[in-house]
Amino acid sequence: MGWARKILRVNLSNGTVKSEPLNMDWAQKYLGQRGLATKYLVEEIDPKTDPLGPGNKLIFATGPLTGTAASTGGRYSVITKGALTNAIACSNSGGYFGAELKFAGWDMIIFEGKAPKPVYITVVDDTCTIHDAAEIWGTSVWHTDEWIKKKHQDPMMHISAIGVAGEKQVLYSCIVNDLHRAAGRSGVGAVMGSKNIKAVAVRGTGGVKVKDGHEFLKATAAGKKVLQENAVTGAGLPSFGTQVLMNVINEAGAMPTRNHRQVQFEGAHAISAEAMATPRKTDGKPNLLTNQACFGCTIACGRISKIDEKHFTIQNKPQYWHASGGLEYEAAWALGSNTGVDDLDALTFVNFVCNEQGIDPISFGATVSAAMELYDLGLLTKEQTGGIELKFGSTEALVKCAELTGKAEGFGKELGLGSLRLCTKYGRPDLSMSVKGQEFPAYDSRGIQGMGLTYATSNRGACHLRSYTVSSEILGVPVKTDPLTTEGKPALVKAFQDATAAVDSTGLCVFTTFAWTLNDIAPQVDAACEGGWSPERMLETGERIWNMERVFNMRAGFTAKDDNLPPRLVKEPAQTGPAKGLVNGLDKMLPEYYQLRGWTTDGVPTNETLSRLAV
Amino acid sequence: MLKALVIDPGKCTGCKQCEMACSFENEGVFNVSKSRIRVFDFHTEARFVPYTCTQCAEAWCQQACPVNAITTDRASGVKIVHENLCVGCKVCTIACPFGTINYNAATHKVAKCDLCQGNPACADACPTGAITFQDVEQTGFDKMKVWATQAAHAATHQGPNTPAAKA
Repeated sequence: MGWARKILRVNLSNGTVKSEPLNMDWAQKYLGQRGLATKYLVEEIDPKTDPLGPGNKLIFATGPLTGTAASTGGRYSVITKGALTNAIACSNSGGYFGAELKFAGWDMIIFEGKAPKPVYITVVDDTCTIHDAAEIWGTSVWHTDEWIKKKHQDPMMHISAIGVAGEKQVLYSCIVNDLHRAAGRSGVGAVMGSKNIKAVAVRGTGGVKVKDGHEFLKATAAGKKVLQENAVTGAGLPSFGTQVLMNVINEAGAMPTRNHRQVQFEGAHAISAEAMATPRKTDGKPNLLTNQACFGCTIACGRISKIDEKHFTIQNKPQYWHASGGLEYEAAWALGSNTGVDDLDALTFVNFVCNEQGIDPISFGATVSAAMELYDLGLLTKEQTGGIELKFGSTEALVKCAELTGKAEGFGKELGLGSLRLCTKYGRPDLSMSVKGQEFPAYDSRGIQGMGLTYATSNRGACHLRSYTVSSEILGVPVKTDPLTTEGKPALVKAFQDATAAVDSTGLCVFTTFAWTLNDIAPQVDAACEGGWSPERMLETGERIWNMERVFNMRAGFTAKDDNLPPRLVKEPAQTGPAKGLVNGLDKMLPEYYQLRGWTTDGVPTNETLSRLAV
Repeated sequence: MLKALVIDPGKCTGCKQCEMACSFENEGVFNVSKSRIRVFDFHTEARFVPYTCTQCAEAWCQQACPVNAITTDRASGVKIVHENLCVGCKVCTIACPFGTINYNAATHKVAKCDLCQGNPACADACPTGAITFQDVEQTGFDKMKVWATQAAHAATHQGPNTPAAKA
């Protein structure tokens, strides 16, 4: 058990819905969520299909522990071919939506085809209905959430929706659930928009069962104790959120600043966790009001913030005068340090807009930052930006860009292309700080060498959540390694990639791995699911998933040439901090990584490797 | 000693572990919609508030029940619904001013918190201490202590606590 053993298939072209049994042979090989849904996707779509065409499919998938009492057991993922990357996309979200989908009795929903006109979908236990979305098309995520609950007179529904950005296919638009939790990266929102799906609302009155209730409660209680006693998950994350990293990474000289021109930001303290908790000079109240947990989470790292009502961004805009999802580290960095802006309330406002209209703050911030560099170099002019003075450090410019991109209006349409397409258009593709078209997150790989290999080889394009070696290189979890050397990093990256792929397939949050290893997770999975899930089997499952994703990408047209980094990171040394004088040593790591993976020198998984893993 | 659930919304993170524990204890499955304790999310105010039956001494639900299906457990003070007697008329759900006794469509009976026979699963599951199970006569003591602390600090500010000062 753990699994509901049922999937819902919604064909939007025909307007049909049907229930299918979950393929349990595949569940035994790929577990759930990321792994299992990717298996369905690679079996069902042509890897070369246009991600925004009707041939692509969009899968909402839970894991076997989603909707159980396991700590953090509320995750779901969106799996599709990414609009931003043309590669496999898998974006993971918390909140309460995933658990509710499971309560309704479904492991996953597969959306296929394209609706002839905008629709939204309700799933209430066994009943799935496709509704006309004419009244909410063109409105925000926040409005859609409120409207659907009112329309169906059910405040207990949980809703995943796209904003105007997703409708207009901003290439890094995301799918937002529960107002401010998001399947954020790779443009999964644009895929949803291309299918004319505005929202999915779920409500479930059934229950999730586990294989052995007694063992399960024992295993999950042991897990919760480990989280509670760990310094990061028990104290750092609940108190400071992921923003606990801001000053740490800045001091490590790994804080990308102004489109990675610098590796330390002089304004870091002003946008840090400490700043969020300090009363503002203007109204004497702090930006941060409380922390919030996602479903079942005993860590509770979420930030709930409120902007000073007199701040210029929200004057006369009462819709922003309430508390909502505040800055996580990635957003604070991308919107702040990477654009050179250190106005905390302005960044919070831009973050609100990202949630309201469904855009990924990482790719958005990085794209604005790339555009600022183009502007700085005179390659992009004020006429072309529609009158915006796009200077590094300009709060007004950042705010304007967010409002325009959220609705894909004016210069926002160009920003909505993402940094690679934008920089290519203006003649400098090398200024896009991205891999496979997806922008870097908040760690400069000159100061944290393992992250260079992580980004270059990530199957969904540059991403920190595929192998978070920061954990080892900076925080010393599970063992401390030197962030400034490439030695040993290929093995470290492979180990993190495989373990993370397994965790992403369970329904649990990857943040648990600051405290948990697979030795803590496997007993929880094993008590819930049939099949004998040992840590070794989990790791092998992760490796199988990694190779399956890699094979999909190769069939989609990616080669070893795409396992790269922008020239800036391998040619321009860091100017300050511990990494001063260093570039990323990707060339030293990649061959060893391929070898450890059992791939050819061209990065192709060998037949031997694929048959060993039974991909 | 009678004990009661004490809820401190200031400590709640909205994780719903209490709801999961309750549904599993009472229904054998995980689903918040089967929980007898509910966490309400006032997200625009940044507040999460767990709420459940307070086991009234003179309970409206008990008074309203036409078939005497709700009784009081002498030792614990808990109001218990006897499913074999309950006819699912829902009159108790109307009578309860707090809304904490509810109809279960699957069983056609009403359900309410019964403090898990003296060991409430929700309090055990709460990771932040927002729900605790305490002596019913001392449920306000934590709040009193907060105010007493202020008085203590004020007095300290006025001067040292010497025997002479007390004379």
